[in-house]
Amino acid sequence: MIDAENLTKKFGNLTAVEDLTFHVDEGEIFGFLGPNGAGKTTTVRMLCCLISKTSGTAKIADYEIGNDADSMKIRKIIGLVPDNVGLYDGLSAYDNLDFYGKLYDCTETQRKENIEKFLKMLGLWDKRDVSAGTFSKGMKQKLAIARALIHEPEILFLDEPTVNLDPESAKTVRDFILELKKEKKTIFLNTHNLDEAQRICDKIGILNTKLMAIGTPKELEGSIGGRKTVIQLDQVNDTILNALKKLSLGNITSDNNKLTIDLENPEKENWAIVNAIVGAGGHIQTVTVLGSTLEDAYLKLVRETK
Amino acid sequence: MRLRKSWIIAAKDLKVIIRKRTVLYTVVMLPLIISILFPVVIELSGQKSGGIPAAYLPVLLSAFAFFYVIIPAIIPTPIASYSIVGEKVEKSLEPLLATPITDGEILLGKSIAAFIPSIAATYAGAAIFMVLMDSLTYSKLGYLYYPNWGMGIILLLLAPLAATLSIEMNVIASSRVSDVRTASQLGALMFIPFVGIYVAGEIGIITLDTNTLLIIAAIMAALVLVLFYISTATFRREEILTKWK
Ligand SMILES: Nc1ncnc2c1ncn2[C@@H]1O[C@H](COP(=O)(O)OP(=O)(O)OP(=O)(O)O)[C@@H](O)[C@H]1O
Ligand SMILES: [Mg+2]
Repeated sequence: MIDAENLTKKFGNLTAVEDLTFHVDEGEIFGFLGPNGAGKTTTVRMLCCLISKTSGTAKIADYEIGNDADSMKIRKIIGLVPDNVGLYDGLSAYDNLDFYGKLYDCTETQRKENIEKFLKMLGLWDKRDVSAGTFSKGMKQKLAIARALIHEPEILFLDEPTVNLDPESAKTVRDFILELKKEKKTIFLNTHNLDEAQRICDKIGILNTKLMAIGTPKELEGSIGGRKTVIQLDQVNDTILNALKKLSLGNITSDNNKLTIDLENPEKENWAIVNAIVGAGGHIQTVTVLGSTLEDAYLKLVRETK
Repeated sequence: MRLRKSWIIAAKDLKVIIRKRTVLYTVVMLPLIISILFPVVIELSGQKSGGIPAAYLPVLLSAFAFFYVIIPAIIPTPIASYSIVGEKVEKSLEPLLATPITDGEILLGKSIAAFIPSIAATYAGAAIFMVLMDSLTYSKLGYLYYPNWGMGIILLLLAPLAATLSIEMNVIASSRVSDVRTASQLGALMFIPFVGIYVAGEIGIITLDTNTLLIIAAIMAALVLVLFYISTATFRREEILTKWK
């Protein structure tokens, strides 16, 4: 659905985005993570045909960005929630959506139905006749999301949609995004929120001008290693430690009858470890695998570039 | 360019302007004041000596009429600079530019939104002016001075052209400069040449008869085309999006 190849954007001699190559499938939620100034907004703007690319190529559906005729077609099938919501404060929530519906050539019935559907889903239907200017940040954010969906786009670009939202509103928005996924929409989500990305994204790209890593949340967590198995025993003794040493595992520490073993692949190795302990007469209380988190992976990748 | 799309934008802007009374008031105020003020001046001046002599009246009246070229050159400025720079200030330009609409359609829409209230206010002012003037001068002149050919040319040709020129200047100014105030100040400069023509008429360098008015109209029409070209060439969405603060 979205295909970027060596996509690059320079502002004068500042390179904002360099050699970006990635692919997002139809119906996928793609999370774009990166520190401030990483180039997330710049990438979204290029993909939405708002700013030109410097080099490389990108395709949205089958249309090429940077080609004037295709730009028009791309704009018809995408919806954008920019980092600044940009509503018309002087117009009511309903009129804000209706204006956009008209720009996208939606019929009157289509506009009515969709406005009602999305405002109800986002809990704003009762406020439809109130000026958007009086809305709270969270309500504005939700209204901007409804606006981006009014023409039922295939692809939705969201630039930090839950920033500034209280936990409950953030959850409404997240649940709503998951709801859209059920409708087979492709979602491109810029975010700083690692937890959010981990919870709702199928695939995550970590950007810091260059794309540092891309993969499923699980793959990214696994990619930096550093996993451990922690085993709590009634009693640790030398027989058990010697039995474990024969297995040629990573570093083993013992503390308060708790063994911590560094492992590459705990799922494969735990069986042998448990066997060895039981064979040596140990009584196991609990076995826990500690993985590196997405946060560990993110911090490691982002620090590497500095 | 699809007119329908421009009209959607214009209708939205008109709705916002009508709700935002302050902009609307500035548009209505000037023509209203002038249209009432001039008849009052005619009525009051030289009252003791029996009023302005009938022979001078046509000279004065045709000079006053030229104000209906100056007014539409002034009043679109608040709307035009509000509607274009306003989109940027409210940050609403980015989502708007992400919709399937061309630069030309946006600019035309904004221009229509500034044109309609400006011309409507000018015409309403002119109607008040003509009725008041006729009723004040009929007894002296023995005929109704308005409507006449000069006023016809002014209202049907020069006023729309002046409004269009002013709007184009505003569009160009607001897509080149980075803040609201500079844009509206530059846009407001548009009325100066018209004041120049008026003064030239008053001091007798030119006579503002129908022939002269038609020549002025032709020059303005040519300028409208030139400025239209410049305004579409200078509106670059990427620059406006990324450079405006
Ligand atoms: N219009 C512009 N002119 C010059 N430089 C720009 C412009 N827009 C962005 N940049 C630069 O490009 C880089 C990437 O900016 P961008 O806004 O894409 O980052 P981001 O990942 O969205 O950051 P944030 O998390 O703060 O939103 C930054 O160094 C920024 O200063
Ligand atoms: Mg950003």
